[in-house]
Amino acid sequence: MPRLIRRQFKDTRGEGELFRRRALAGFALILLGLCALVGRYVFLQVLHHDEFALRSVNNSVKPRAIPPARGLIYDRNGVLLADNVPAFRLEVRPDQVQNMNQMLAQLGKVVPLDPDDLDAFRKQLKQSRRFDSVPLKMRLTEDDIARFAVSRWRFPGVDVVPYLIRYYPLGSLFAHVVGYVSRIDADDLDSLDPERYKGTTHIGRIGLERSYEDMLHGSPGYELDEVNADGRIQQVLETHPPIPGKNLYLSIDARVQKAAQDAFEGRAGAAVAIDPRNGQVLAMVSVPSFDPNLFVNGISTADYKSLITSPDKPLINRAMKAGYPPGSTVKPFMGLAGLEYGVRRPEDSVLSTGVFYIPGQSRGYRDDQRYGAGTVNLYKAIYASVNTYFYKLALDLGIDRVSEFMSGYGFGRPSGIDLPGEVSGILPSRAWKAKHSPKERTWYPGETVIAGIGQGYWSVTALQLAHALATFAGRGVPYAPRVVMSTADVGHTPSPLPNPPAGPSLIKNMKDWDAVNEGMQLVIYSNDPLSTGFKFRLGDGFPYRLAGKSGTAERFSRTSDAYNENRNTAYLAARHRAWFEVFTPAENPRIAVAVVLEAGAWGAEDAGPIARKILDAWLATQGGAVPPDTPLPENGVTAAPAAASTTASEVMPEDTPQGDAPAPDSSSAGDNDQ
Amino acid sequence: MIDTWRTRVYRFLRRLWRRPRIDLPLAFALLLLSGVGLVTLYSAGEANVGLVGGQAARFLLGAIFIMLMSRIPPSTLRNWTPWLYAGSTVLLVVVAVLGEGRGAGRWLNLGIMRFQPSELMKLTMPMMVAWYLHPRQLPPGWKDIAVVGALIAIPAALIAKQPDLGTALLVTAAGTFALFLSGMAWWRFGLLAAIAGGMAPVAWHFMHQYQRNRILTMLNPESDPLGDGWHIIQSQIAVGSGGIFGKGFEQGTQSRLDFLPEHTTDFIFAVFSEEFGLIGVCAILVLYAFIIGRCLWIAMEARDTYSRLLAGAIGMSFFVYVFVNGGMVAGLLPVVGVPMPMVSYGGTSAVSLLVGFGVLMSIHANRKVHD
Repeated sequence: MPRLIRRQFKDTRGEGELFRRRALAGFALILLGLCALVGRYVFLQVLHHDEFALRSVNNSVKPRAIPPARGLIYDRNGVLLADNVPAFRLEVRPDQVQNMNQMLAQLGKVVPLDPDDLDAFRKQLKQSRRFDSVPLKMRLTEDDIARFAVSRWRFPGVDVVPYLIRYYPLGSLFAHVVGYVSRIDADDLDSLDPERYKGTTHIGRIGLERSYEDMLHGSPGYELDEVNADGRIQQVLETHPPIPGKNLYLSIDARVQKAAQDAFEGRAGAAVAIDPRNGQVLAMVSVPSFDPNLFVNGISTADYKSLITSPDKPLINRAMKAGYPPGSTVKPFMGLAGLEYGVRRPEDSVLSTGVFYIPGQSRGYRDDQRYGAGTVNLYKAIYASVNTYFYKLALDLGIDRVSEFMSGYGFGRPSGIDLPGEVSGILPSRAWKAKHSPKERTWYPGETVIAGIGQGYWSVTALQLAHALATFAGRGVPYAPRVVMSTADVGHTPSPLPNPPAGPSLIKNMKDWDAVNEGMQLVIYSNDPLSTGFKFRLGDGFPYRLAGKSGTAERFSRTSDAYNENRNTAYLAARHRAWFEVFTPAENPRIAVAVVLEAGAWGAEDAGPIARKILDAWLATQGGAVPPDTPLPENGVTAAPAAASTTASEVMPEDTPQGDAPAPDSSSAGDNDQ
Repeated sequence: MIDTWRTRVYRFLRRLWRRPRIDLPLAFALLLLSGVGLVTLYSAGEANVGLVGGQAARFLLGAIFIMLMSRIPPSTLRNWTPWLYAGSTVLLVVVAVLGEGRGAGRWLNLGIMRFQPSELMKLTMPMMVAWYLHPRQLPPGWKDIAVVGALIAIPAALIAKQPDLGTALLVTAAGTFALFLSGMAWWRFGLLAAIAGGMAPVAWHFMHQYQRNRILTMLNPESDPLGDGWHIIQSQIAVGSGGIFGKGFEQGTQSRLDFLPEHTTDFIFAVFSEEFGLIGVCAILVLYAFIIGRCLWIAMEARDTYSRLLAGAIGMSFFVYVFVNGGMVAGLLPVVGVPMPMVSYGGTSAVSLLVGFGVLMSIHANRKVHD
């Protein structure tokens, strides 16, 4: 009952008071809640403002790299060897294509699409964002562009886009030197600086394109784009143009290079020409070669297969990656070693009987001439390539001195040329044998004997021989070979790349140099029928004196002691490597050439003419005469001895033994002249 | 004068015009707020005049509703209350059976327009609770609390089932505020809150997966930055990058470049925070606090229990909008579909809010006479 009464008479005033208290409490709670909210906004907008401001900018402002134009490559006279040419490619924006497969099928009827193109496209499609353009077909022909233009309306999201592509105008001529660029692949991405290569599609793969990648590439520019959440560009906020790569100027003359390549007439081999005064490479060919343009956009499987399976292996740069036994081409260096170590004087003679025996051993080491060359001094040993002289000399020097001396001239180690992938070759030494032949570590005297004539363990590249010859011809001053002569920023004149000598002259006594030089001139000019160059008249009609040496290295060890009387050239060519080394002018050398012919029968006969053609081409580039800064013989070779002696005495103001030796030489030259 | 219905309508309209029965401070605050709302919408909607015009038309419609509602005395409303409540609940059931809408069955197609019955419930819920408590002895005992609880729970459950967690939350809050204002003892409140807290795992069990994900994502948005976390991360970036002074009107990159999703509706407050900074946030929160305070003032001045509870509950549930939306935008609360009142673009919610303010105007006009 009391409950009912309390219900009837509500305490309205009390209720009003209760409500007032509750409303105030509720408002206080609400203010508290709003303060908490403000606290959160202070946390975000004041305490963490910098972080969120940065994230906001990162959201909306995206840098877009502008790839730099790659530096161009010229020969020493400005002939363009590597160019950037405008080309067109088809690009597809995936987000604008409704049905990709259907579109590709229809597009294939308008513009022919290779399976290779489609594979690459699909691969890249998976890796890119939907609004990023993906290249579909590179290097559209004018025909492709015209046909696409007509039916373009049918293909939304497909566009023809211009770009710059690497082009090698001289094709195979410089393939091994300049190399080529190709598409950057997944493996490259691991090792590249992603900032520098943003937007770049190609990278130097071999040759100079690779070794000078850093200079050729340049620095990318960028623009700051404002993008929306879909990544579409709304406006360009800032633009920083890229810095193009540096242009390279080679020391190679394209004309000499061409002559060198042609001289091989397609036979496998290599030739290198170096300026002894500074190490500049004047020509470097490896035959056969290939078209580097094939690689720029990804070589087709068929093309690649044919290059790989070709028996002559055109992809290998023989000039610096293929080592051969040098054979007799090391003999001048051996002779020099004998003089420099004081083991021989030039006039010291040895009797060549046809066979040489190490004292106390029964195995014979043969001469070229069956019954020997008789009494042989240094000059004859060189021009007639008398093995016995060098067998004995090597034995007297000992292998340690031989390898020490040869190492000075760069044998057995990379020459240091500015091209990648050079091999070291092999210089026979105790250390080398101990390392590479662990079962049979002892060095035998017989190995020293055959090392003396460039056989045995020896392996030398054409580049190494040219480098050694240039070092000798430059009076012993060693320069690392250089292909790039100077570089230039775009719009600037080229500035030379310094290439200081690697050390002081290797030659202790310039008389030794004169003697060996004399012996090498006799190879060309001697009237002795025993001279290896006697029949071939390699110096005829050349205005300067040549100094050279042939080499005929055996590819296989002989199996018996019997003389092989087979004189069939094809048979011999299959067994021999033909070498020829030559420098000129003999007194003041300006070019040193090494030629190797993989299947040459005889050095002087087969490789010699190639070397001569290279010299002829070089001469033509010099205007057919020695440039004014060099002492000039008045009438070609006839005046050479006098000029030679004055030159020598000018350079080395001491008594030279040239007075004795040049006499027969000059007469032989005179004979050759007629 | 013959008192035809025609002359009565005429008289009604004339009085509406001549002597609007409105509270000027509240009306002025609402006008200011709708101005801010339209300016923000203009920027967030990328200067889309059609969008802003549509919203302005709704505000105009809302103003007319305020005028109309202000003429209806609270006693009349009280008499209608059970029928309104019953009607809204039936409509909710109808929607549950044959509703249509994108993803969630919330909408009822009336032929000429579609509308959400749950919006009605935002207003009828506090009316019903106030109606129930009006004749009863206050503070309420357990029995009344239980009845009110049932009155709240049935529509709230129907709305939550749609699923529209945001509106269910607002409806529940409106009823609960009426109960709170009726003087329900603090300890009973505490006890119920503790029980509700204990029930949380059960609620978790009944939640949709996407609702669970929203809560998980709020706790760690970086776990899925491109999926569920995207809204929260981009919204916080917008708010945080605004700093103290903001990026300036129409300078918010987060919304202009579409990084911020729903930047005209649920996340418009992030645009506001980005462009006007902490100063703008504080200013608009002061405005909201003023409106809520004015509502509570009107409630305290009201003549009877029904009016008091109704006005107080409407005012306090306004706070729920602000707090939930503001908290969501700032990553303090999970993402639920609660708009920022008068700022978010959206039809029914703006109109239903203004109808609620019309009720407040009516209560204000019928306040008690001080002696």
